[in-house]
Amino acid sequence: MSVDPATVKKVARLARIRVDDAELPALADEVNGILHFVEQLQSVDVTGVAPLTSVVHRSLPLRADVITDGGDPEKVLANAPDRLESFFTVPKVIE
Amino acid sequence: MASDLTRLSLAEAREGLRARKFSAVELTRAYLGAMEAARGLNAYITETPDLALEQAAASDARLAAGTAGSLEGLPLAIKDLYATRGVLTTAASHILDGFTPTYESTVTTSLWREGAVMLGKANMDEFAMGGSNENSYYGPVVNPWRRNGDTAALVPGGSSGGSAAAVAADLCVAALGTDTGGSIRQPAAFTGTVGIKPTYGRCSRFGIIAFASSLEQAGPMTKTVTDAAILLGAIAGHDPHDSTSVPVPVPDYAAALTGDLRGKKIGIPKEYRVDGMPAEIEAWWQKGADWLRAAGAEVVEVSLPHSRHALPAYYIVAPAEASSNLARYDGVRFGLRVPGKDLTEMYENTRGEGFGKEVRRRILIGTYVLSAGYYDAYYSRAQKLRRLIANDFETAFETVDAILAPTTPSAAFASGEKADPLSMYLGDVFTVTANLAGLPAMSVPAGLSAEGLPLGLQVIGKAFDEAGVLNVGYALERAAGFDAKPAAWWRA
Repeated sequence: MSVDPATVKKVARLARIRVDDAELPALADEVNGILHFVEQLQSVDVTGVAPLTSVVHRSLPLRADVITDGGDPEKVLANAPDRLESFFTVPKVIE
Repeated sequence: MASDLTRLSLAEAREGLRARKFSAVELTRAYLGAMEAARGLNAYITETPDLALEQAAASDARLAAGTAGSLEGLPLAIKDLYATRGVLTTAASHILDGFTPTYESTVTTSLWREGAVMLGKANMDEFAMGGSNENSYYGPVVNPWRRNGDTAALVPGGSSGGSAAAVAADLCVAALGTDTGGSIRQPAAFTGTVGIKPTYGRCSRFGIIAFASSLEQAGPMTKTVTDAAILLGAIAGHDPHDSTSVPVPVPDYAAALTGDLRGKKIGIPKEYRVDGMPAEIEAWWQKGADWLRAAGAEVVEVSLPHSRHALPAYYIVAPAEASSNLARYDGVRFGLRVPGKDLTEMYENTRGEGFGKEVRRRILIGTYVLSAGYYDAYYSRAQKLRRLIANDFETAFETVDAILAPTTPSAAFASGEKADPLSMYLGDVFTVTANLAGLPAMSVPAGLSAEGLPLGLQVIGKAFDEAGVLNVGYALERAAGFDAKPAAWWRA
């Protein structure tokens, strides 16, 4: 499989990353180089193999279902690029 | 005196502090002086001299009062991927401009509780993506080592390149790194230092800025194997804040270092003899096997048949997880914000400007392989390969106690030498397997290449057998007698 500049543009849009149109052909070449490299996995027979989603062979530890943290909006907002009272702000989304 | 103090290992410095031969403030000042004289290496993004001297003074008080912790007064460098309360934390990315965490990572909390001193935040590849430390928004790190008779700048490896350079150049007594595909072991090999990636789940990842959550672990980067054992003991253990950290007891790693390998079996994976591997890498590997035999081990060949699929599987899984983890950088809650006419444009502008080229490339790859219609062909298949790779190790560990391999297929290379991303990725060929299988693995300096550069040997062990890995590493260290140091040209 390989991607063309239009596909890279679409993927960049999905990833919410602005990419200049002039960069798209070179970026497509780089992405294709990597996709070509990982393509070799298609040759392996994986019939009946279950995907490995966690290397920790243990069930997750349980804890009491109680609130253990939070209630400190100042800490949460301390690094906000912009804020209004106890809220993060974003550009207007509804006219 | 000052420069002598910085040459001490962590174990030696700890002994000196406890015997009151020098104070923690004196030791810290010696390092701060060395750091100032080594700014050309660019090993630190942020130096924290005031904090360090304050912590050192408190350490001296505790040493005097007899209430010293296990790392009391020992000055460390912390990779800038760890959240440190009140101290700029950047992941070497423009997108985290000005980010000053209001909380502390669990493993650094453990270090400070044991009395350690923070000298600063070490440089790295942006978001831990890279093998050369050339991907930092704050500029590349320079390897303290140079080729014989050559002044060309070499890379320190990555992504924990600043941590490795700081240890090698005596700009800290030890450092913390993180390892997602080799990011502790490869820079350790390139700088003649020791680094261990523990078993997945051995250390808490809480407060480590996430790149590929299923692969990465915290770990020490040190001057000696004993130092690695001491530091790992301090940071290992279960943490309720990280559900993937495993509640199993942490042994006394330093006590496990006997160097006696009688009754132990060491495997040499035949698939690691890759095409085009330099003869001297093969020769040091052979020498390492001889050293382990001399320490009493039986050395046998083992097979890890799916090894050659590890890199492609890694370069699907890691970018996929990265694309998801890095979705949080939106210009709203922390870091950089680049305005746009609406919300979507603000996201796109912020992320377009905030991420470097390698990070952007991996997010795009990850987004693509996770997108509708491609998930099964790429991500799901890579996870199946991951199981086959983990199964290979399980089978091998039915007959051997640990595996010996080279850490890297080459010594440190020159800055700008690997401009093609793929050639950079190939440098991880021997290290990614341990991350995919979640196993502990360490790099120990073996000797110098013909060009005068350090080369590392890698020990891979069974899950949660860091003690066994460290002991094999200790046997290698004793036999290698590696005591070369880079000429301190950067002080000129």
